[in-house]
Amino acid sequence: MIGTLFLLSSGLFLGWSLGANDAANIFGTAVGTRMIRFYMAAIISSIFVIIGAIVSGAGASHTLGKLGEVSAMSGAFTVALGAALTVLWMTHAKLPVSTSQAVVGAIIGWNFFAHSPAHLDSLRTIIGAWIFSPILTAIFAFIFFQIIKLIVDNSRIHLIRLDSLTRWGLIIVGAFGAYSLGANNIGNVMGVFVNSSPFHDISIGSFLKLSSVQQLFLVGGIAISVGIFTYSKRVMLTVGKSIFKLSPLTAFVAVLSSSIVLFLFASQSLKTFLVSHGLPSFPLVPVSSSQSIVGAIIGISLAKNPKNTNFRMLGKISLGWITTPIGAVIVTYILLFFVQNVFGQTVT
Amino acid sequence: MKGIFTNKVKEMEANIEAFLDTVCNAGLILVGGVKAYIRKNKERFEQCHKEISILETKADTLRRDIKQKLYYNMLIPESRGDVLGLLENIDTVVDICEKVLEQLSIEQPIIPEYLEGDFIELSELSGKAVDSVVQGSRAFFTNIKMVNDFVNKVHFYEHEADQVEKSIKRKAFASNEIKQFSRKVHIRYFAEKVALVSDVAESVAERLAVYAIKRRM
Repeated sequence: MIGTLFLLSSGLFLGWSLGANDAANIFGTAVGTRMIRFYMAAIISSIFVIIGAIVSGAGASHTLGKLGEVSAMSGAFTVALGAALTVLWMTHAKLPVSTSQAVVGAIIGWNFFAHSPAHLDSLRTIIGAWIFSPILTAIFAFIFFQIIKLIVDNSRIHLIRLDSLTRWGLIIVGAFGAYSLGANNIGNVMGVFVNSSPFHDISIGSFLKLSSVQQLFLVGGIAISVGIFTYSKRVMLTVGKSIFKLSPLTAFVAVLSSSIVLFLFASQSLKTFLVSHGLPSFPLVPVSSSQSIVGAIIGISLAKNPKNTNFRMLGKISLGWITTPIGAVIVTYILLFFVQNVFGQTVT
Repeated sequence: MKGIFTNKVKEMEANIEAFLDTVCNAGLILVGGVKAYIRKNKERFEQCHKEISILETKADTLRRDIKQKLYYNMLIPESRGDVLGLLENIDTVVDICEKVLEQLSIEQPIIPEYLEGDFIELSELSGKAVDSVVQGSRAFFTNIKMVNDFVNKVHFYEHEADQVEKSIKRKAFASNEIKQFSRKVHIRYFAEKVALVSDVAESVAERLAVYAIKRRM
């Protein structure tokens, strides 16, 4: 049990880091502007991240699994550690970083090390989703902003009532955002462990059945929750006050747009529904919630005043697409070399 | 999350409306009071003086209550400072309306007949400026697009009031009818005092215009 936990620890650390950083994308402005208390935000996001991870986490995680089938537990540990160290390193170097991109880079690093060819179709799908997701969020944010503005300008809602409605709105989209984050990003945290999951299917009574993968996602979800409770407050206050100065209402638009996009790239049932109705569907891929939020801010900015749009943010996103995976490939390759040759573990 | 409950929201909306009603009434009573003074209707004037004192106390109580509840219930954290600033400034309008009638009651200036019409016009313009700034404040809460229209009206009435104020001063000092210099100064003082109501309304309107820009999405 302790050995298992140790081998999962790198993934749990990734989960902690995700909770500490990405929950701020959902509730940052609401908490930073004192619309919602931190503990309420933390409780809501923790509950819904876990539900999202267990209920809808499999789809995006499966795509990562196809990219590189890491079947040895020590290999999965090292891949997750490589991704985690890359995130730490790039955060320290103040470079734009996304857990999704670090994990994909780490898996490709494993592919190189194991001489296992990367599944190019999956890689293409993933990179396409990275590029498309902030653009799609920007489009959603642009449209939602115009709709909300039209409603607010013409409905004569009293400022106090609008404030109350905005609080409810932030709570609801925050819960949805946390669900989507759990569903879309649990693959980053626990995806590499799926093929070597140490758990067995369990049934509690006749109504609750948890597969080994769901248990893995539950553990990952708990790690994200711990990250939210222990470290996200300061990130939320930073996001809410200094980096992006959003009003509570524009934060509602940003979180709603970003949550929908994360959901589109995570929900198996939505994909099945769209396919069965002959509609174009979205690949189930872990995308970056931070880049998605930045896309939303650009969309809002374009809707408000295109002249004041800060397109340098787009440059930062693009830089993250390149530097993070490359960094993760290198870090993971070196780590795998050490784990295999110094510690004598089977990693491939 | 206390602020999300509807009864608290309704109570706060009602308090703000009651506060703005009070300010609006103070403007109307100012006009009524000045007219009653000029027409030497002492009984009516003293009644107006009494009413405006009650309104001034009521406005202070409502403003304090709104301030306390906005903080206690953590309502409108983004615009709280602006709303409180607006309410505090508009409360000054009521204070000045009260002071005008109070000083008329204490000092009882002698207004010559040829200036009576001007004084009534000046008080009406100041009253209209107060009414417009109240409407602008209501628009700030419910219909942000309309704020500028009311702000422009306030500017217009203030400018008109300025013209009438200057005219009163000129007429008072140019007149041979008023012999004592101290009486001329006394008339000038009251012309300035009544016009001050529109000046303060204008300064509130200017703040209101800025708050409205900040509130727009």
